[in-house]
Amino acid sequence: MSGTYLGMPSFPKAAREAVHNETLRGNLRHATHTIRDKRAKAVAELADWAQLREAGKQIKDRTLRHLDEYLVQLEESVTAAGGTVHWAADGDEANRIVAGLVKATGEREVVKVKSMATQEIGLNEALEAEGIAAYETDLAELIVQLGEDRPSHILVPAIHRNRGEIREIFARTMSEWGRPAPEGLTDSPAELAEAARLHLREKFLRAKVGISGANFMVAETGTLVVVESEGNGRMCLTLPETLISVVGIEKIVPTWQDLEVFLQTLPRSSTAERMNPYTSTWTGTTDADGPQDFHLVLLDNGRTATLADEVGRQALRCIRCSACLNVCPVYERAGGHAYGSVYPGPIGAILSPQLRGTESEIDASLPYASSLCGACYDVCPVAIDIPEVLVHLRERVAGQGGRGHRLEKAAMKAAGWVLNHPAALAAGERAASRTRGLHPKRLPGAAAWTDSRDLPELPPEPFRDWWKKNRT
Amino acid sequence: MSSRDQILARVRAAVADAPEAPEVTRDYLTTHTADDPAAVLDLLHENLADYRALVHRTRPGGLPALLARLLAGRGATTVLAPPGLPAEWLAGSTATLTADTPASTAQELDAVDSVVTGCAVAIAETGTLVLDGGAGQGRRRITLVPDHHICVVRAPAQVVASVPQALPRLDPARPLTWISGPSATSDIELDRVEGVHGPRTLEVVLVEE
Repeated sequence: MSGTYLGMPSFPKAAREAVHNETLRGNLRHATHTIRDKRAKAVAELADWAQLREAGKQIKDRTLRHLDEYLVQLEESVTAAGGTVHWAADGDEANRIVAGLVKATGEREVVKVKSMATQEIGLNEALEAEGIAAYETDLAELIVQLGEDRPSHILVPAIHRNRGEIREIFARTMSEWGRPAPEGLTDSPAELAEAARLHLREKFLRAKVGISGANFMVAETGTLVVVESEGNGRMCLTLPETLISVVGIEKIVPTWQDLEVFLQTLPRSSTAERMNPYTSTWTGTTDADGPQDFHLVLLDNGRTATLADEVGRQALRCIRCSACLNVCPVYERAGGHAYGSVYPGPIGAILSPQLRGTESEIDASLPYASSLCGACYDVCPVAIDIPEVLVHLRERVAGQGGRGHRLEKAAMKAAGWVLNHPAALAAGERAASRTRGLHPKRLPGAAAWTDSRDLPELPPEPFRDWWKKNRT
Repeated sequence: MSSRDQILARVRAAVADAPEAPEVTRDYLTTHTADDPAAVLDLLHENLADYRALVHRTRPGGLPALLARLLAGRGATTVLAPPGLPAEWLAGSTATLTADTPASTAQELDAVDSVVTGCAVAIAETGTLVLDGGAGQGRRRITLVPDHHICVVRAPAQVVASVPQALPRLDPARPLTWISGPSATSDIELDRVEGVHGPRTLEVVLVEE
């Protein structure tokens, strides 16, 4: 995954800093509560939501079960429609393919549609290393890019920024990238959006190469689908001469008809709208309409390893709606950066450790970044049982051992012995009561637990001594 | 081994022992709306307006005068008319008509005041217009770059109730654009703001035939 996140601390360390940032918590609380209430209303409009959810789950499961066949079918249909298909086993290979394609056009800059897949592989950084400037054109991605920041939400990457912060970023940095922000820019959302429009329009109108991901790829027709709101996607998909789409192999749906399910469930789950303002579909190339050179890069990058896990593979059903983030009590307090991945929140907690493996400190900690309350499963439009996968991944992490787990085993072994020897237990309790004033508020060696929780106060005498004195 | 073969081999190994996935149960509704063309049209009107499109209604005979009035109201002096748009629609307007050609640049389109198009189908439950590049709709760029788009919907012929009813009427081989209200963003504190990159004003004319 992206080099941006290398060296991230584990989730508990990153989250501890985040929960003390009051601006961040305020921004997040406002945003997540706004969207979760709207989503509930949008979903309630459809009497058949449960059936749509089940159908979405079944379509994705069937796709994954026969993914090899659908990939081959997709390749044939995209090629027949005038596109070129490339296969990338990992992020480095995908980046090399894209950089090569851009260089072949002779261009040195590209415009980008917001895409999780290209963030996952660190495409912008890889292109920069090759001397190619990649301009993010989604408003939130622009805020993140100009602020030299990292995205913190799947759908609203700048959700952690409020309007005052955004105004400051635009006023300070737009001139370094192109058209400066207007004089006297205020923090009204309409003025900020207008500044972004003017800044980006000059880039759209001269762009020769566009880079996108896709929300869906239809195997039977070779059609790619991008849903969006602002029109920046339409600009990137329509105006350039060359279009390069980098898409994870799990984004396939078998048939054109299957879109009728996801085009109902995705907008309502993500932005809480009946339909997002713009949806674009393209099938290879069309004469005189849109890019005349189209390349599809099919990305594995850990997806086949995820597919091999019989419990964890359901994470590949994900349609990146981000409904699970907006209802998660842990995400709401810790913020997206603490997850150390482009996939934050509950889905990130199961997706990142599967795509990247559980060897690093951050990935081993992610399955624990949850209270297992189950709200994420309830809202998921493709019924991913996130708590089930979290527990499954905790088993995997525990099985691989490590310092924390050895200490825990030793402590449990000692406790077992004491509880089996009543005299030792009684003596220990009395000793503990008499030395109350000397007890530390934090336990050495268990800081991960006691840093965020108060230790219970010990009573002046053990219960069993009190009982003997007063009731016998 | 090529990456293609490597990925396909990994997929096959990963699912080799997986149970067969059942056929998809499609017991969801094909529509959420009563089968009444007048009610469906009212719903389309309501949902388009809810997403800040400006909606107008007329009879076929009133269309040229209405379009002339809308264009004059914007002060539009140049109007883009895609190939196949019925000439009589714009017969009442004094604005200069501009044709879109493959040679016209994005900058030239940016200088046009308004664009008038038809559509392929409109979806009532979601307030969505779908353009497929057919006659009177033009290339995707013409409904994107100009700041003002007027879209004419012929009712009831081009109106369906739901997404499942729309898809079979569309040809996936064509470049499709689904439009639900004007360009919008919710990226700043989740406040919805209309008009970022696409046309900031979307007007829809429902022509009841």
